[in-house]
Amino acid sequence: MSETSLFGILISSMLINNILLIRFIALCSFFGLSTDKKTSFGMGMAVIFVMVMASSASWTIYYFLLIPLKLEFLRTASFILVIATLVQLVEIFLKKVIPGLYKAFGIYLALITTNCAILAVAFLNIDYQYNFIQAIVYSIGTGLGYTLAIILMSGIRERVSLAPVPKSLKGFPIAFFIASLMSLAFLGFKGLFGF
Amino acid sequence: MGQKLECFTDGIWKQNPILVLMIGLCPLLAVSTSAINGLAMGLAASFVLVASNVVVSAVRKFIPNGVRIPIFIIIISTFVTIIDLVMNAYFPPLHHALGVFVPLIVVNCIILGRAEAFAYQNPVFLSLLDGMGMGLGFTLIITLIGAIREFFGNGTVFGSQKLISAPALLMILPPGGFITIAVLMGIFLYYNNSKGKREAKK
Repeated sequence: MSETSLFGILISSMLINNILLIRFIALCSFFGLSTDKKTSFGMGMAVIFVMVMASSASWTIYYFLLIPLKLEFLRTASFILVIATLVQLVEIFLKKVIPGLYKAFGIYLALITTNCAILAVAFLNIDYQYNFIQAIVYSIGTGLGYTLAIILMSGIRERVSLAPVPKSLKGFPIAFFIASLMSLAFLGFKGLFGF
Repeated sequence: MGQKLECFTDGIWKQNPILVLMIGLCPLLAVSTSAINGLAMGLAASFVLVASNVVVSAVRKFIPNGVRIPIFIIIISTFVTIIDLVMNAYFPPLHHALGVFVPLIVVNCIILGRAEAFAYQNPVFLSLLDGMGMGLGFTLIITLIGAIREFFGNGTVFGSQKLISAPALLMILPPGGFITIAVLMGIFLYYNNSKGKREAKK
């Protein structure tokens, strides 16, 4: 199976090149929100949702607007503006049409605008020269990888918060140690299914 | 004059963006696989931080409160695009090493955070100092982490001769990055805690 097959992209983005533990992207939200399972799950779901929409929007804009007009250098500005606008629109839409879902997302939807992962995936879709379907699969896989990592982290942190941690290491330092061990574990995925 | 100097020095130690405020973590571990990469990223981010702080502060009276975040983003992304193109033109190997993290400077919490918390409410010169201080603090930490990881993981310092014959490859890989920052933060917190205890005893 080649790297560009859809299954390959899914496995690679979710496990082998996990966005949080291997690629180091979106760490602010990872360490800030992974203190309990419920919060983490909510954030993970929101990330998957916004990531897929943002990827499709930015991919379309890049290939149908920026390239024909020879404005590729504007991609940084246009992608981030697309993402910010999209999040705003999604918030308004959910509030009016599916208020239950809006309440479930809570504050995370607004936090996602500065989530590095969304912008990173938009850029990587272009860098890897994926077609539209591949880009969608890549964003789903990355979102799933993010959700997986953040839920695992929250489970561990919940237990560690009850353990006797040295005073200087409480909070962020011990979280980083946990992340390093998780990252070590995820490194073991290299070569999975021959990728 | 004292207040002005404080704006600058705060960013380096007391309010170091990474060790104290704990923002801007995204590029920190990914590009610090060697000292020179860390230094390049630190300088690039500092450039954007200083430039956007100055511009936001200069036009702050004209930015309506409701749309200030999108306007900050436009200003910041302009400078990120500039530094992206400049690096691509004059330092291609560095640009390739930093990869997707150069455009990611746009969502670097430090830059947006300082624009919102400081530049929007303070005059231009103070914002300039604040940007320089924060940028310097960030650059120092990221270069330090890069140097540590490069030394223990590769045996080199800034690309010099191999000083260790059997380096720990783990340090350059992702887990090594997490461990380095964890230890650094732990040392920093320990120093702060013991300083607090000493001052309380006096």
